[in-house]
Amino acid sequence: MTTTVSPPAKSSRRRRSGNTDRGFNRVFRWIAVGAGATILAVLAAVALFLISEAWPAITASPEELAAGVPRYPEDTSLLAYLGPLVFGTVLAAVLALVLAVPVAMGIALFISHYAPRRLSQVLGALVDLLAAIPSVIYGLWGFFVLAPVLTPFWTWLNENLGWFPLWGGQVSPTGRSMATVGVVLAIMILPIITAVSREVFLQTPKLHEEAALALGATRWEVIRTAVLPFGRSGVISASMLGLGRALGETMAVLMILSPGFTYTLDILAAGQHQTIAAYIAADFPESTGLGVNTLIAAGLALFVITLAVNMTARWVVARRKDFSGAN
Amino acid sequence: MAQRIDTKDLNIYYGDFRAVEDVNMTIEPKSVTALIGPSGCGKSTFLRTLNRMHEVVPGARVEGTVEMEGVDLYGPDVDPVAVRKNVGMVFQRPNPFPTMSIRDNVLAGVKLNNKRISKSDADDLVESSLHGANLWNEVKDRLDRPGSGLSGGQQQRLCIARAIAIKPQVLLMDEPCSALDPISTIAIEDLIGELKQEYTIVIVTHNMQQAARVSDRTGFFNIAGTGKPGRLIEMDDTATIFSSPAEKATEDYVSGRFG
Ligand SMILES: Nc1ncnc2c1ncn2[C@@H]1O[C@H](COP(=O)(O)OP(=O)(O)OP(=O)(O)O)[C@@H](O)[C@H]1O
Ligand SMILES: [Mg+2]
Repeated sequence: MTTTVSPPAKSSRRRRSGNTDRGFNRVFRWIAVGAGATILAVLAAVALFLISEAWPAITASPEELAAGVPRYPEDTSLLAYLGPLVFGTVLAAVLALVLAVPVAMGIALFISHYAPRRLSQVLGALVDLLAAIPSVIYGLWGFFVLAPVLTPFWTWLNENLGWFPLWGGQVSPTGRSMATVGVVLAIMILPIITAVSREVFLQTPKLHEEAALALGATRWEVIRTAVLPFGRSGVISASMLGLGRALGETMAVLMILSPGFTYTLDILAAGQHQTIAAYIAADFPESTGLGVNTLIAAGLALFVITLAVNMTARWVVARRKDFSGAN
Repeated sequence: MAQRIDTKDLNIYYGDFRAVEDVNMTIEPKSVTALIGPSGCGKSTFLRTLNRMHEVVPGARVEGTVEMEGVDLYGPDVDPVAVRKNVGMVFQRPNPFPTMSIRDNVLAGVKLNNKRISKSDADDLVESSLHGANLWNEVKDRLDRPGSGLSGGQQQRLCIARAIAIKPQVLLMDEPCSALDPISTIAIEDLIGELKQEYTIVIVTHNMQQAARVSDRTGFFNIAGTGKPGRLIEMDDTATIFSSPAEKATEDYVSGRFG
């Protein structure tokens, strides 16, 4: 009796657990699909909002814009008006990235491969703390502390290496220039790039590091042959995260930069550049009607830039997928 | 070219844990030495002291001497990097650099230290190393493809090519065939037979037939129990170890009556 009864009981129990398993599976799938769909929906909603609200400005004639938007120059198309803003935004972000990435990689490599464990933990925590500082504080600090401190250095660069395109022009006596903004932005994006790079470097397979060591590699050569190639796509992703933050940073730029609307590369001069985010924040309170539409058109430009940056990064990472070590 | 290795009273530690105790061993040049023994007895640990890879593990250290042609590898002014250039190593799991092409993998060791090498020299070296590893015919048309796209056996031979491209005098192999099929295994065993014309080879293996097939001398390591250090029980000509070993433990192990 018992022997004939128990096997079905056992198997039905098993089937039930299989069912809940499958149930979880289904629930999980719906959560995943739902989350993906939500992201797409939000993205689409934002894009739609930007386009529809920017539309009046995009279709307006230069005369209408000059009449409806505060401080809008005569006879200027919207593109010509936004161009310098796009230029300023990209310039600020690129400066920040150029300054931050090498330093971040250096710190990340030091933490992951050189420092004794105790020190690397302390250092890692310190870098993470940098990320916790609000950007208003960075703005204040940049304005009151960093700008005056950097000014003599900017002057020196201008006087001695002024032939270099970036360092020409009239140096700002207050340091409220793109160069100072670049430094502050670099400090702001340093933690995220460092943290992500460090994680990636730490995940280098032991096997590959030992392969390099066994060929007679020094510590630096191990990093060059095993760690950096392995971490390449991770560092690119990290940089893109930082670039995204630098592109969109508002407060610090608004507080430090003395704005202007030119295409110059003279990053030491004041009153030359402005970024889209800071421009929107500065003009929003006093804008109405077409003025708001123009601001939103600028926002649309920023949105497109960020998307383009992200897609380029993805393309760069994917291009050498065969060699990524993921297969 | 090939060099002779003598270890004297070699004790190997991981932190406070003594993994291997008092190894006195002589490894003859231009011969194949096999190291056998149960898992955990310290074969890999011992092998890695021969090219100073042991100390890469945090807290790991060595007492005693490892002399290569009379020079102590652990002497005060010996550079571990130089030792590793001289003593190549092939690992248990094939580990070609995944971000490099097959060609760059072979050249990886040569390109270290920013050594410049002309394109034609590099081509020659790639070809001769891949020939040496019996891989040339299989990969000559796809040298620019990633090394990780090869089969496991091919990857292992690529690693051998990479190791011999820097012309070491000693080649260490830690279970080089354990991840491979019988055909790749035979290919690598044949290769070992050829390589011993030029190199001193030390191979760790769990495969008794393999030790019997490829090696000239065999060392048997054993361990008294968990937490105890591994010891070199006996070392002799391979034929002797497998037919009439001096120690009972060796006989039990090679005849499969172990444990
Ligand atoms: N990185 C390490 N840190 C601490 N102890 C280790 C480390 N590697 C190995 N050991 C210990 O050293 C002893 C010898 O290990 P080893 O890997 O040399 O054995 P083995 O003979 O190669 O074994 P197997 O045949 O399984 O590869 C073991 O007790 C092991 O636990
Ligand atoms: Mg082992």
